[in-house]
Amino acid sequence: MQAEKILFIIFAVVALASALNILLQRSPLYGALSLIGTLLALSALYMTLRAQFIAAVQIVVYAGAIMVLFIFVIMLLNVPKDQPQIEKQKGLRYLAIPFAGLLIAEMFFVLRPIRLNTLPPISSGNAEQAVGTTWSIGTALFTDYLLPFEVTSVLILMAVVGAMVLARREGD
Amino acid sequence: MVRNYIPVLLILIIATGMAAVIIILSRLAAKSRPTREKLMPYECGVEPVGTARERQSVKFYLVAMAFLLFDIEAVFLVPWAVVFRGVVQSEAYRHLKYVFYGEMMVFMVVLFVGLVYVWRKGILEWNR
Amino acid sequence: MANLLLEWVIKTIVILFILVTAVAYVTLMERKVMSWIQMRVGPNRVGPWGLLQPLADGLKMIFKEDIVPTQASRWLYILAPALSLIPALMTFIVIPYGSEVNLFGYRVELHVTRMNVGLLYILALTSVGVYGIVLAGWSSNNKYSLMGGLRSSAQMISYELALGLSIVSVLLYTGSLDLVEIVEKQSGITGWNIFRFPLMIVFVIFYIASLAETNRTPFDLPEADSELVAGYHTEYSSMSFVMFQMAEYLNLITAASISTTLFFGGWNGPFVERLPLLGPVYFTIKVLVLIFIAMWIRYTVPRFRYDQLMRFGWKFLLPASIVNIIITSTVILLLR
Repeated sequence: MQAEKILFIIFAVVALASALNILLQRSPLYGALSLIGTLLALSALYMTLRAQFIAAVQIVVYAGAIMVLFIFVIMLLNVPKDQPQIEKQKGLRYLAIPFAGLLIAEMFFVLRPIRLNTLPPISSGNAEQAVGTTWSIGTALFTDYLLPFEVTSVLILMAVVGAMVLARREGD
Repeated sequence: MVRNYIPVLLILIIATGMAAVIIILSRLAAKSRPTREKLMPYECGVEPVGTARERQSVKFYLVAMAFLLFDIEAVFLVPWAVVFRGVVQSEAYRHLKYVFYGEMMVFMVVLFVGLVYVWRKGILEWNR
Repeated sequence: MANLLLEWVIKTIVILFILVTAVAYVTLMERKVMSWIQMRVGPNRVGPWGLLQPLADGLKMIFKEDIVPTQASRWLYILAPALSLIPALMTFIVIPYGSEVNLFGYRVELHVTRMNVGLLYILALTSVGVYGIVLAGWSSNNKYSLMGGLRSSAQMISYELALGLSIVSVLLYTGSLDLVEIVEKQSGITGWNIFRFPLMIVFVIFYIASLAETNRTPFDLPEADSELVAGYHTEYSSMSFVMFQMAEYLNLITAASISTTLFFGGWNGPFVERLPLLGPVYFTIKVLVLIFIAMWIRYTVPRFRYDQLMRFGWKFLLPASIVNIIITSTVILLLR
């Protein structure tokens, strides 16, 4: 138990630090790399929740495909990092503070009623009841969640067509 | 057993240490005598013309996009494949056999349509 | 728990040590195989039959000057080879080299760890391996490097699809992502996965896709000397270059190891139940044969042009692996 808490704290700190680094970096490429760091830390956090399949898929899809796409786009667009940032409307940045406050308040209200000792224990060993393992996802996906699954395929098709149409019109 | 994943952290640390040792070793052991020619970007012996930071072709974006979408398909296929044989060959799910198979076939057909679209649009062509 | 940790640390260090030596000698093997195919002898001066050649090369590389070009993005430039090397090293902790062995009175399982999503872990590491290349190309600030890096990584991601989908075919038969279990199910002489019906074709697809993943000929256009100078590692010298080369050969050994584990029964072979130490021996032999075939292909076949390469990956290998999944699942559905 102690080791688990220590690992959780380490990965949580790494995730938060990388996320903060995204904001602090000037160059978008370093920001993207920090995002990859955040995703790796998140994958480790999923692992501490016993969701091994989700952790691995997080890296395969998110850190391995989506971030590659991001990095390709950053390299294609090639925004020079020392261009001065021109603020079109000066006052907008101060609007961020109340919105951030709203977000924090919302999180507080959502998370507050949860009492930590009433959550089901994670280490219950029954593989079929576990969330996030391959077997449970495999069976759940094709029984309870069949419709969202099939709709996902249509969604992916839409994304393919959309991306190709948008990109080709400019590049043709 | 999740604790079997701790060696991943272990080897990550050890491998990073190895890489760091290699880098530091080369900094220490190699004499650094920079000259102007050595520090220029290599362009087959002539003076470099223009910068490397120009805009690249949009084809790379399209390939990455297509890769992303088919990778998501592959990720959906994995739990199905793991569960498939167990479901198909067990007696408990006998009535679900063909349904299970058919569900994924529908999924794959839809994505195959996507592949055909990308193919016909010529995205997979010219000098990719 | 402390015992387990110690066991893991020892196994990891042993594996890493064996790997580094293996990489060094695979480079020698490459040069020897290349020279025999080209009807010459190859390195034979340094040590008997050239066996100390990798040591000499390593020492030379350490003392070479490590140049960082002025226009390069310094941090990325130094980080990129490490980003290539580290995932290449990390795959070897899940591969089973044998079953259980009694070593000095302890029962030792011949794999560093047993993951229930082992195969996905390897796929994840392959996906992360793309970054080292594309960042190396970008950070060198050299047109050849950038083009080579982008093309290499586009090639790698295209063939990763065929790789992943051919793994799905094997999964249909095995029902588990755990590599130890996959190997255990292939015991017996005809138990190897390659003897199951569609899996022989799947092996060919997998092998070709892994050759393309590791940037080996005939898929090495982004690195070919006459094309893009040296592609993404043009600007690198001395140890950074060595790290890239190590990563490349490690990827080749990984591809051969995964092929062996998935298709050729891993450590299975005659009499391995009675003498468990034969397990790693069989494994090594199979891996070496697959590496040899990769090298044989390299020195026999001309390389693909880049557009032919991409066309082959998307229009042939990807549909072929999808069709294979359909065939395999239909076979399992109807015939078992």
